[in-house]
Amino acid sequence: MKDERKLVIQIIFILMAFLFAVRLFFLQVLDDSYRIEAEKNATRRIIDYPYRGTISDRDGRLLVINQQVFDLMVVMRDMKVADTTSFCRGFNISIEEFKNIIYKIKHEPGYNRNRPYPFLKQLSLADYSRTTTLIEEASGFYIVDRTIRSYPHSSAANALGYIGEISKNQLENQNEEGYYEQGDLVGISGIEASYEKYLRGKKGVKHIMIDVHGAVKGSYMDGNMDVASEPGENLICTIDLPLQQYGEMLMRNKVGSVVAVEPKTGEVLAFISAPSYDPNYLTGRYFSKNYDTLQKNPLKPLFNRPLMATYPPGSIFKVAQALVAQQFGLLRPTSTYPCNAEAVGVKCHPHPSPQDLKGSIQWSCNPYYVTVFRNMIYRDKHPNKYKDSEMNFDEWRKHISSFGFGQKLPIDLPNVKSGFLPSNAYYDRIYGDLAWKHSTIRSLDIGQGELLIVPLQMANLAAIVANKGYYYIPHLIKQIGEGKQARVLKKFSDKKFVMVDSGYFPVIVDGMQMVVEHGTAFWAQIKGISICGKTGTAQNPHGDDHSVFIAFAPKEDPKIAIAVYVENGGFGAETAAPIASLMIEQYLKDTTTTPMSRWMLKQMQEKDLISRMKQIYKK
Amino acid sequence: MREESLSRNIDWVTVGLYALFVSAGWLNIFAVVYNPDPEVHQNIFDLSLNSGKQLLWITVAFFSIISIFAIDYKIFSTLSYIFYFIFLLVLIATIVIGTEVNGSRSWIGIGDFRIQPAEFAKFATALALSNFLSNKQLKWNRGTIAIVGGMILCPMMLIILQKETGGALAFLAFVLVLYREGLSGWFLIVGVWFVGLFILTILLGVTTMIYVLLGITFLSIVILVLLNSSFKFRTALRGIMIRFGICLISIGFVFSVNFIIYHVLKPHQRNRVLVLFDSTLDLKGKGYQINQSKIAIGSGGFFGKGFLDGTQTKFDFVPEQSTDFIFCTIGEEHGWFGSVLLIGLYAYFLVRIVNIAERQKDKFARMYGYCVAAIIFFNFMVNIGMTIGLFPIIGIPLPFFSYGGSSMISFTIILFVFLKLDAHRKQILAH
Repeated sequence: MKDERKLVIQIIFILMAFLFAVRLFFLQVLDDSYRIEAEKNATRRIIDYPYRGTISDRDGRLLVINQQVFDLMVVMRDMKVADTTSFCRGFNISIEEFKNIIYKIKHEPGYNRNRPYPFLKQLSLADYSRTTTLIEEASGFYIVDRTIRSYPHSSAANALGYIGEISKNQLENQNEEGYYEQGDLVGISGIEASYEKYLRGKKGVKHIMIDVHGAVKGSYMDGNMDVASEPGENLICTIDLPLQQYGEMLMRNKVGSVVAVEPKTGEVLAFISAPSYDPNYLTGRYFSKNYDTLQKNPLKPLFNRPLMATYPPGSIFKVAQALVAQQFGLLRPTSTYPCNAEAVGVKCHPHPSPQDLKGSIQWSCNPYYVTVFRNMIYRDKHPNKYKDSEMNFDEWRKHISSFGFGQKLPIDLPNVKSGFLPSNAYYDRIYGDLAWKHSTIRSLDIGQGELLIVPLQMANLAAIVANKGYYYIPHLIKQIGEGKQARVLKKFSDKKFVMVDSGYFPVIVDGMQMVVEHGTAFWAQIKGISICGKTGTAQNPHGDDHSVFIAFAPKEDPKIAIAVYVENGGFGAETAAPIASLMIEQYLKDTTTTPMSRWMLKQMQEKDLISRMKQIYKK
Repeated sequence: MREESLSRNIDWVTVGLYALFVSAGWLNIFAVVYNPDPEVHQNIFDLSLNSGKQLLWITVAFFSIISIFAIDYKIFSTLSYIFYFIFLLVLIATIVIGTEVNGSRSWIGIGDFRIQPAEFAKFATALALSNFLSNKQLKWNRGTIAIVGGMILCPMMLIILQKETGGALAFLAFVLVLYREGLSGWFLIVGVWFVGLFILTILLGVTTMIYVLLGITFLSIVILVLLNSSFKFRTALRGIMIRFGICLISIGFVFSVNFIIYHVLKPHQRNRVLVLFDSTLDLKGKGYQINQSKIAIGSGGFFGKGFLDGTQTKFDFVPEQSTDFIFCTIGEEHGWFGSVLLIGLYAYFLVRIVNIAERQKDKFARMYGYCVAAIIFFNFMVNIGMTIGLFPIIGIPLPFFSYGGSSMISFTIILFVFLKLDAHRKQILAH
């Protein structure tokens, strides 16, 4: 009996050990959740933010760089400041502000006295070097350096865009699951947004070990699980900085756009939205404050006019009309029509009459294009005039839209607008099916009426004529990456042909040369450069007409095509043409070469349409 | 010549296991305080670290072993009652002059060091109990049970008054000894039954418990009737009556437990009881502790994270990790493999002590051997059980592993007094 009891006791011991072994098997081997919990407990992921790529202009001048700034961090457990007064003086804050910052830190949700909190953010290098000793003398403070975007030339704000904290919406709808986290900076507009995935690089991650108090205890698993960040790629932009700055200077005190492209490549040489802003406003410490100010500005400096401002094109549209009419076989270089303004019911300005095709461009004859457009709409393909109109309008529209009108030109910038090219369906909705004909829609003749285009499309029109029938999608980035990784985006090297044969272009080009040499824009000519242009004056029911000009030069081998749109700038020749000529001269000659152009420059610099507008609105 | 035979008669396997446990414990205590920062050069012997202090305790324990072997073995039985009464007095004194640590008044400060008399009271009680039970005329009547019960309950009550409930519960281990010495097995069964009822009442509530009890009663009656092949009405009736009786007593017990907990105890007292069974009631204290302990052990996996590579215990996620929760470090750094190895060795160690106890011809030595096995087993069971969430959190150390001088020295003395007696077993026989 005693032996039996001894055995019972020993079996109890062994059973208990067995029970533990089984329980431990479940805990340690079968259940993974404890391992995960343990990692959550003792490790912290620290994001290693990559260096964001820079952007330089076509000649390598840096437009966007990263600037080092310094965040002063504090760990409350260790914080000790011997002389608060001199500490505050060093950092340029009042003692109240100092106390306020401390108060805010202590009232953060989940406040932990062992954890670092930012005390002052984004100190400059100068601030930092001035306060080094103060930081060393105090305890609990240390510096973390970060980079922010900086724009050394303060130029091309609307093209470059800006970066900012990712929005909730973007965070929820990101393509790559989980790449971005709250607080990450992303490109919000311009090149910064459209080339985000090249510029941003790849975030790295460091795992550090922390103890129960949140104090750092070294790297986790000797850093074997860490991933180094990959720097973003540097971009080379198509912008020509001197031209860009020159254009920005010319557009000062005016509202409008200038877009210049290289016709042979589609590279955008200048991209000006006026008025603009200093891109440095939207970096760093004062982002939200400055953003607010910019957004409240009634002149809308954040509005990207070259892509988003839709205007009636005015007379520059005649170029497209003349080309399509020739393609239809309805217009020949010799076709001559009188300037019978009263008979056709449009206004025109005094010029020699009648004119052939070249002369019609040179003098921008309105009645001529009423006839041209009527010929395109009434082609007796159908006995019913309305039916005929509908069929022909459709064909006309197809040809016109091959110029890029009425559709989004897929430029490498976000938020581009398509403008508006009315369709059959649109007129049917307005007037009813088979209830409209040429006389109903005739404001299209001369680029008025429902037709709306954005300045980018105007510049593209100039490039199409310069190339005699094709274009490349305008773009702002010439090269992604450097060295062996250097590459271009393929879609920008595809030639896009318009539905007009190249043979129909020379007469138009000649006409456009006459515009500048003897025609509507003769005072914008520059000796020694064969500029081909076309003026436009878009009627504006709200005030002065908008001044429009498209051009390219030199005629023989076009290197630049340009569109200038100046709101309330009056006739095309009045403001837009001289600005375009000056830009062309700057690009081709790097300076103002003639007394005439110097005078023009002075005129344009002094032109202040914004103050005048304000006065008009005051009255 | 006498010295020679003494060393030959020492059970070196047990001594070896003891040495293994102590050194493993010491290394694990170093693992707890280890700082992985390469800038910090830590020395396991550094007296400012727990590992250094523990080494000091191990040295003291070593000298106690030598002293034990130096003195006459008969002194332990002779002086057992005197020891016992001295420690009762010390326990009373502790209540009066003790230092309060973590809410319990169970420490006496001597200079910079503190000792916990309760740890040593177990030793004294074991000696006295063995002495009393080794009486050849002992019969298991009510008087004996009352005296034995009193001997165990006196120090227990004093320790409970020190608010050191965990330490007090360790005295329940002596029931195993009594069982070996002839106490009816029913005591064990009844004891387990009521403890089980107590725990289940708290976990399941009164209503469920009544259904469960009625169900068990009904089932056992059905089984009784079915197994009763030669159907005798009287026997069957008696069986049924007994079962109903047990059922009624149990239900009464369930009701009184419920009544006491929810109507007699004040809310803070009630919580102190309930949290033993439901750690989620105290998420910041014991609940946090048990959760972190399970995370530490569970994250060890099969082979563990490796010596000094654990993160949970090292970075202080588990409170009391070098004392009561030392097993977390073993579980985390040495995984299932290391834990089971330790548990296996421990079980073997306990089985071996029982075997050694059985080979004693002297009743006192055998009794004392069982006391040693029972005390160490109770600590082993409750300590590891609580770290893996099988037992409520009762703050008792893992013998030979946990950091702390009192437990290190007291368990060493408890064990080596037995080994000393064992080494003299042949002399005792000759005696």
